Amino acid sequence: MEFIYYFGDVFSPLSFALLLGGTIGGLILGATPGLSPTMAVALLIPFTFQLEAVQGLILLGAAYTSTVAGGAVSAILLKIPGAPANIATTLDGHTMAKKGQGARALQLSFLASAVGGVFGVLLLIFLTPVLAQWALAFGPSHLFWLAILGVTVIGSLDSDSVVKGLLSGCIGLWLATIGFDDIMGAQRFIFHPSLGGGINIIAALIGLFAIPQVLTMFAKGRRTQGAEVIEVQKHSVSAAAGELIRNPRALTIGTITGSIIGLIPGVGGQIAGLVAYDQTKKFSPDQDKFGTGHPEGVIAAEAANNAMVGPSLVPLLTLSIPGSPTAAVLLGGLLIHGIFPGTDLFDNHPDVAWTFINSMLIGQILMCIFGLYVAGLAARVAQVPQSVMAAVVLGLSVFGAYSVQSSMGDVYVMACLGVMMFFLERFGFSAAPLVLGLILGPIAEANFIQGSMIANATDGMGPYFFGGPLNILLMVVVAASVAYSIWMELRTRKIQNTVEVQS
Amino acid sequence: MMKNWITGAAVALMGLTGGAMAQDYPDRPLMMMVSYGAGGATDFQARIVTMTAGNEDALGMPIAIINKPGAGGRVGWNWFATQADSDGYTLGAYNVPHFIAQSIKGGVSYSTDSFEPIANWGADPAVFVVAADSPFNSMDDVVAFAKENPGKLTFSGAGLFVGHHIAALQIEKAAGVKMAYIPTKGGGAAAMKAVIAGEVMGGVNNLSDAFRAQEAGNVRILGVADLERSAFLPDVPTMMEQGLDVDNSSVNFRGVMVPKGTPPEVIERLAATVPAMFENSRVAKKMKAGGSPMHIMNRDEVIEMWAAREATLKELLSGL
Repeated sequence: MEFIYYFGDVFSPLSFALLLGGTIGGLILGATPGLSPTMAVALLIPFTFQLEAVQGLILLGAAYTSTVAGGAVSAILLKIPGAPANIATTLDGHTMAKKGQGARALQLSFLASAVGGVFGVLLLIFLTPVLAQWALAFGPSHLFWLAILGVTVIGSLDSDSVVKGLLSGCIGLWLATIGFDDIMGAQRFIFHPSLGGGINIIAALIGLFAIPQVLTMFAKGRRTQGAEVIEVQKHSVSAAAGELIRNPRALTIGTITGSIIGLIPGVGGQIAGLVAYDQTKKFSPDQDKFGTGHPEGVIAAEAANNAMVGPSLVPLLTLSIPGSPTAAVLLGGLLIHGIFPGTDLFDNHPDVAWTFINSMLIGQILMCIFGLYVAGLAARVAQVPQSVMAAVVLGLSVFGAYSVQSSMGDVYVMACLGVMMFFLERFGFSAAPLVLGLILGPIAEANFIQGSMIANATDGMGPYFFGGPLNILLMVVVAASVAYSIWMELRTRKIQNTVEVQS
Repeated sequence: MMKNWITGAAVALMGLTGGAMAQDYPDRPLMMMVSYGAGGATDFQARIVTMTAGNEDALGMPIAIINKPGAGGRVGWNWFATQADSDGYTLGAYNVPHFIAQSIKGGVSYSTDSFEPIANWGADPAVFVVAADSPFNSMDDVVAFAKENPGKLTFSGAGLFVGHHIAALQIEKAAGVKMAYIPTKGGGAAAMKAVIAGEVMGGVNNLSDAFRAQEAGNVRILGVADLERSAFLPDVPTMMEQGLDVDNSSVNFRGVMVPKGTPPEVIERLAATVPAMFENSRVAKKMKAGGSPMHIMNRDEVIEMWAAREATLKELLSGL
């Protein structure tokens, strides 16, 4: 309970001002397409040069916390996921916004974020030593099976047909091979200089989600009569809080999945939201409602992606190993003040470590308050004509794609993928499985190559990939996931057949 | 036809402005391309060493860092060699031996001839690390195990054709053994995690990162691949001291360069100012706090170092 002694430091005037500034700034940066949490934190590092170590970290911690949550704003209102963490939020969040429930979706997402986030930080406070061992338990073979587990949910994610879902997943897996391969340095499918670095995930996200929507809006032409408008109806915060409490299943599954997956170095942040979304869907009695603006989807995704923040710092703070790109940037922020994270961090610099963690705890709550305020503002934007909306989204998309690496190449990639997705959507394909393929491809590939190199040098492929309790556990889960999908597909077919017979 | 005309006009225009430019260069902020992601060691150090660029006694204009990560640095350096403006406002960070080894291996559009070095700021030697509970206590133990079990000693490093890989090749060559080098994706941090978690039996890593990991009690450092011992690790012997003929070819030198074609008077101005900028006491303090060894070299020294590296690497990599 040592951490309680350091709460006072968070509330010193300068620290609290930085916490407030970091939170508000983080929300704005997070809501800007293309500015991922990693970028936002990296941008703030130079400001910490002038600050004390503790204060610098408060600023960075607050910004990390709130950019992850802020990404929900553009995901819900514009269907542009600011970072991979927010992909799952768009699935139901944007559909809710289209129905005029944008304010409700935003409120739910910020409340769920806060609950998940606080739980994640509490895990970091109380269970760090245990969790550090768990994070290290995942070697190449386990990460490979984990990625395969991700592939098995592709088919059922946001598609009417399993086959189409799998096909989009395959397109994503293929896109992931473009560029220099990271381990061997081999060149694959680089037919244009923009592709040298492979497909940038942020640029791809913007292209695949936002551009088809822009094209659809433009395709409708300049009809003034009957033009659709996105209305954002007012929604009271207490009603949203009540709704959150009435959905304990989504909140619990989201929070727990997010915390567990967030721990695993190199994988966590990107897929936490999607896996939590998929799990919640599988356990929910209203499976059919997912993807049509179902609040449970938003709650699960957002609880998961903020729950991940605390655990994702465990490997960094105890072993000095950054488990995610954002953690790597935070490591830079620590080093610049001469603080070396490691097992003795909490003994040598308890003031820095605990104040930093406490500030994230309070940051979650501040983030929620300001987020709810933003959601209220969104409600005042009564009517946004579609033509204006399309132009705004297109502008933000180009800006977002360019800002990732200051490169026009990413804008071309974004535009090409966007046009491709526009036509694919016409044929019933959807973007989420494609993106999941794009994310999982490199994880599966790199870990398979690495694992097979280790296996060939030691005890062989068989024992390395199929032996050991963790490998077997993961394989069982993979098999269960596949079996579940097949069973569901057969059941829906049966129901359809019965309906046809009856009619 | 039209294109030629435009190029001609552009060249003429540059000729007109060139003379005026050199005098009041730089009159706007500069940018420096780092071919690794934000938060990596190169990015982190680049941000520190350029933080005083805006001072009157330095360039008088700030330097902004632009990250172009991907494929072990190839993406950024390809861009720098083929697309960056050679107007003196676009600087780049180099990592030797990485970019030289990649250019020898092929498949990229740069070589040492594509760039003009300005100054070197840091040198981070490769070290051999083992997990804290490893049975190996010296490089002798490692070599002895590798001799008894050819190809079975797994050790990690941050990829192929980077400093770690060069050190690995040199150790294998010097000891006359075959070991299993496992390149990881995700840089030195991923390679270090593999060592700490016991996925591999040892690893090559950056001295700066290994020093921190050793302080935290997670790893032990068995040898330094450099000509002399490091000030950070006075007790750790070099490879040479342990009878392995490994020189400083794998030391990760970091510094600033500009694309070929940058006006000579701009290069002169930068070569005169930048090393002095690195010597700023604020820079030294921050670098030391971060455990990043500094090694300042001027333009002529860097040109020499590049040429020496290229010769060694050509010989070392010719067998691959």
